Amino acid sequence: MSQKVLLTAKEIHIILHRLACQLLENHLDFSNTVLIGLQPRGIFLADRLTKLLKEEYKVKDIRLGFLDITFYRDDFRRGEKTLQANMTKINFLVEDKNVVFIDDVLYTGRSIRAALTAIQSFGRPSNIELLTLIDRRFSRHLPIQPNYRGRQVDAINDERVKVMWEENDGKDVVYLINK
Amino acid sequence: MSELSVRHLLGIKYLNKNDIELIFETADHFKEVINRSIKKVPTLRDTTIANIFFENSTRTKLSFELAEKRLSADIINFSASQSSVKKGETLIDTVNNILSMKVDMVVMRHSSPGAGIFLAKHVKASIINAGDGAHEHPTQALLDSYSIRERLGEVQGKNVVIVGDILHSRVALSNIFALRLQGANVKVCGPKTLIPKFIETLGVEVETDLVKALEWCDVANMLRVQNERMDISYFPSTREYTQQFGINRKLLEGLNKEIVIMHPGPINRGVEITSDVADSDQSIILDQVENGVAVRMAVIYLLASKIK
Repeated sequence: MSQKVLLTAKEIHIILHRLACQLLENHLDFSNTVLIGLQPRGIFLADRLTKLLKEEYKVKDIRLGFLDITFYRDDFRRGEKTLQANMTKINFLVEDKNVVFIDDVLYTGRSIRAALTAIQSFGRPSNIELLTLIDRRFSRHLPIQPNYRGRQVDAINDERVKVMWEENDGKDVVYLINK
Repeated sequence: MSELSVRHLLGIKYLNKNDIELIFETADHFKEVINRSIKKVPTLRDTTIANIFFENSTRTKLSFELAEKRLSADIINFSASQSSVKKGETLIDTVNNILSMKVDMVVMRHSSPGAGIFLAKHVKASIINAGDGAHEHPTQALLDSYSIRERLGEVQGKNVVIVGDILHSRVALSNIFALRLQGANVKVCGPKTLIPKFIETLGVEVETDLVKALEWCDVANMLRVQNERMDISYFPSTREYTQQFGINRKLLEGLNKEIVIMHPGPINRGVEITSDVADSDQSIILDQVENGVAVRMAVIYLLASKIK
């Protein structure tokens, strides 16, 4: 198993600022926009962007929720293991809101498909966008593309992208791991 | 600890501590789901579940049915009173006929202890025991422990007294197994005639004085006197039973602490518990009912994910 660094902490820092600015450009004061971090790994990116928007770009009020898609996945009973859920935490309705899904890696698109169904339990959004730190090109199973992407990567199937966050894994870095 | 150690839920006796923790963690997520405005998830849309009830039930049957519907399973309901069982069909024949209709899971209540275990040996489907005679009622014990965990933070180290008809109660036996497995201290309290001999071998203590039991406990689980299972008289009169083993406001106010009151239902108001206690803030009886749906969703979800 070998691994190479796709993004360093500095590169991640720059990308996060760019993504925050792109969100600002489209959503201005976020009065009708909600951010939804997808469990389990999208919540760190969602937290970071929210913090950045509040502290660096002085957006006063941002609603952030975490959505777990386990019970909406299309691979129930298809793998060896029981799918374990994570906590959903959405304390608002998304009815008529602009929703931005935030996840660390976009790969097959199946998680996003599940999230599109899951979010309907919280109302009918006005529209839904997708923000992802890493976009694995050419590996989609479904017609799903991000609206905001940190870095596009051409990874072949037996390679894995691993995103690590300082608050959870000790450092900010993205690896491409060759199995 | 990502999956259950069992394929069927026949009794708490067959579970380990990790199974219970996994069920509770999963139930936490389902509790969040059933408090949304849309309370349904599509997980089990390709699963068919048969609810087979050979004995009367209101709460358990409704709770299972709701849990299955919230998970999007297809369900069929069967009660023995309206079926060919009355015409002499055996249990295995009845169930195999139902399974020929491509049923993946069976939730069964039966008056014979061990009926679920017997069935699990003879049919392919995953079996959930919803009460077998005076043997076990595992989902009730799970939701009871889950409700204690929710109210008091944890089950381990808590003192729980089970009061009433221990002899005929499947709820008592399953609760004893579940509570001991999680490290709670358990006492049983009731008329000597309604406490099985050698119950101490299960790791519980017997207390025949209700006041002493209440002073000791953090939680009192009040059971119903099961008149329908009594072929002889176990105590002189209902009035005397109530005087010795019924709880009321005055009794609770005399204690030096506030305890949690539980009851698996159906309640005989004025017999084992008075209305002012059953409807008080100390009582978590209705929380138990709400948690029942979440816990049953968790059990069904975890067992269904093991069906190949």
